[in-house]
Amino acid sequence: MTTIQTSMPARAVHADTRPLWDRLRTNRNWLALWFMLPAAAFLILFLAYPLGLGIWMSFTDERIGRTGVFVGLENYEWLWSDSIFWLSVFNTLLYTIIASAIKFAIGLYLALLLNRHMPFKAMIRAIVLIPFIVPTVLSAIAFWWIYDAQFSIISWSLIKLGLITQNINFLGDTDWARASVIFANIWRGVPFVAITLLAGLQTVSPSLYEAATLDGATDWQRFRYITYPLLTPIIAVVMTFSVLFTFTDFQLVWALTRGGPVNATHLMATLSYQRGILSGRLGEGAAIATAMIPFLLAAIAISWFGMQRRKWQQGSDND
Amino acid sequence: MASVQINDVRKSFGGFEVLHGVTVPIEDGAFVVLVGPSGCGKSTLLRMLAGLENITSGTIAIGDRVVNNVQPKERDIAMVFQNYALYPHMTVAQNMGFSLKLRNAEQADITTRVKKAADILDLTPLLDRYPRQLSGGQRQRVAMGRAIVRDPQVFLFDEPLSNLDAKLRVAMRTEIKELHQRLKTTTVYVTHDQIEAMTMADKIVVMHDGIVEQMGSPLELYDRPDNQFVAGFIGSPAMNFLNGHLRSNGQLYVETENGSKLPIASAPPGSDGRAVVYGVRPEHLDLASDGIEAEVAVVEPTGSETQIVSRIGTQEIIAVFRDRHQVQPGDKIHLRPRADVAHLFDKDTGRRL
Repeated sequence: MTTIQTSMPARAVHADTRPLWDRLRTNRNWLALWFMLPAAAFLILFLAYPLGLGIWMSFTDERIGRTGVFVGLENYEWLWSDSIFWLSVFNTLLYTIIASAIKFAIGLYLALLLNRHMPFKAMIRAIVLIPFIVPTVLSAIAFWWIYDAQFSIISWSLIKLGLITQNINFLGDTDWARASVIFANIWRGVPFVAITLLAGLQTVSPSLYEAATLDGATDWQRFRYITYPLLTPIIAVVMTFSVLFTFTDFQLVWALTRGGPVNATHLMATLSYQRGILSGRLGEGAAIATAMIPFLLAAIAISWFGMQRRKWQQGSDND
Repeated sequence: MASVQINDVRKSFGGFEVLHGVTVPIEDGAFVVLVGPSGCGKSTLLRMLAGLENITSGTIAIGDRVVNNVQPKERDIAMVFQNYALYPHMTVAQNMGFSLKLRNAEQADITTRVKKAADILDLTPLLDRYPRQLSGGQRQRVAMGRAIVRDPQVFLFDEPLSNLDAKLRVAMRTEIKELHQRLKTTTVYVTHDQIEAMTMADKIVVMHDGIVEQMGSPLELYDRPDNQFVAGFIGSPAMNFLNGHLRSNGQLYVETENGSKLPIASAPPGSDGRAVVYGVRPEHLDLASDGIEAEVAVVEPTGSETQIVSRIGTQEIIAVFRDRHQVQPGDKIHLRPRADVAHLFDKDTGRRL
């Protein structure tokens, strides 16, 4: 953060005659530092320090109640041969890829729909946001009831409709459990994608669509050649966030399945919590959490390089 | 190329009618300018012609075909938008070739046609640039290039010069007119600027509040405005209007409220004493020793000419002189209107007498 320039060198020279404290108080460079300090302190204390501590811990055998000793890569060697860890990696990737893809598809569809003129537009937009504003744990508990082995409203409805004869074991069967947590995640994540993409859609000038219509574009071609390319910067940002949030998801899965049945829904985040906090092996839990970092960096890198390719967008005036 | 027939076209938004039966015949190859103040319905009419707005009633025909229910892309028209509407993510060449690409034209054919249009508009060195890398005038030319490439039956321009600075506007005006003389494609051009209309049009259609006030060649409109609105709209500075009563017993003149006598060459018979509006253009006033007495309020020299704003009683009158008369605010001057080019309008209806 050295972008603030001394635009008044004459004054700086003049200030030299004053006491140090006065200079620190009024010099523009120092002043900038003072203003940044609260934010910097906040970030260091709550982000950089825990991250550093977590990474350090993953190289120790720390347990709850006992300071760890440096053990090098031992935690990682353990994990390398741990099939449950690899299952959680698989689950996390499956969960992230399927949920993100479907969230993107539904979110984009909803955004396109909400971008049209329709009655009660404002109200519908507000309703779409509801899953996003309900606290995660509350919605997870609601889903827990919806998926309940005995009292599931889905099973009940399907039985009443005569489509099935016995309750579906939503959270007890491995495949059903995976599908159930993915569905809950999608339900919760779609509004974020939809509303952000809708905001992006509204920045596209209507005259571009009119020009494309006169150029002979069909609805699909207007989407393919105008909407989609103009939306890619927003898509890149929103999908990066969506992937990061999904990959690191914890609350929903923990509230619904706690990683079960037979670890079928254990994500890296839930496994890390279980090993690190519940079992008390902080070092191992930290190692699992640290193992998520390369995946997250890869996701960011993909969207970063995706964004860099758009030459038309670079520069300031883009009207 | 094709003619365009706009026949008794009406347009309502909800229950509110904005166009009240507009009929405009446009000859094949003509350059027609729709001009009028904002809200007069000129842009709506153009958008209806393009197919971007539905036609509430009446018909629009391009060539022999009524296009009321024809999709925009099948109308064979090309439109230049006020904000150019260039696709920001496409290069100049892609922008220009987009319509051909949508028609599945051969890439080689697209390239040839884009090159040809780029040559006409001096865009060749810019073909690989993106719109944001172009100046306003260049963007304007790309927008025209996009229209030319399609070789349409009709060009539509929707206030294409209003986003340019004054100097560039004059240059582009000439460029568009030259382009039309070269391509001879029927052109409908919408503007609120009467100077653009006067300089570019074969035929001007003056619109006001959803109706056509008058159409004709620029000089017809200037010389014989049908009504007070057209008289005031065409010409800059605007025509002076003085209220008075027609006197035709023996001598023919218009008498203003303060007793000044305004000369007039002819008047409909039997209208002695009729309340009229006397119209005279600023350039048709001469300084004389025996004209109407006026007090100079403001002197505005523009270099080539001088505008003098003065007052006759309570009414304001503007005169334009090419000679540099030495007058100061507060001076009394005498203005003599040229009787042969003075206009008379009915006080109540505004119609030309």
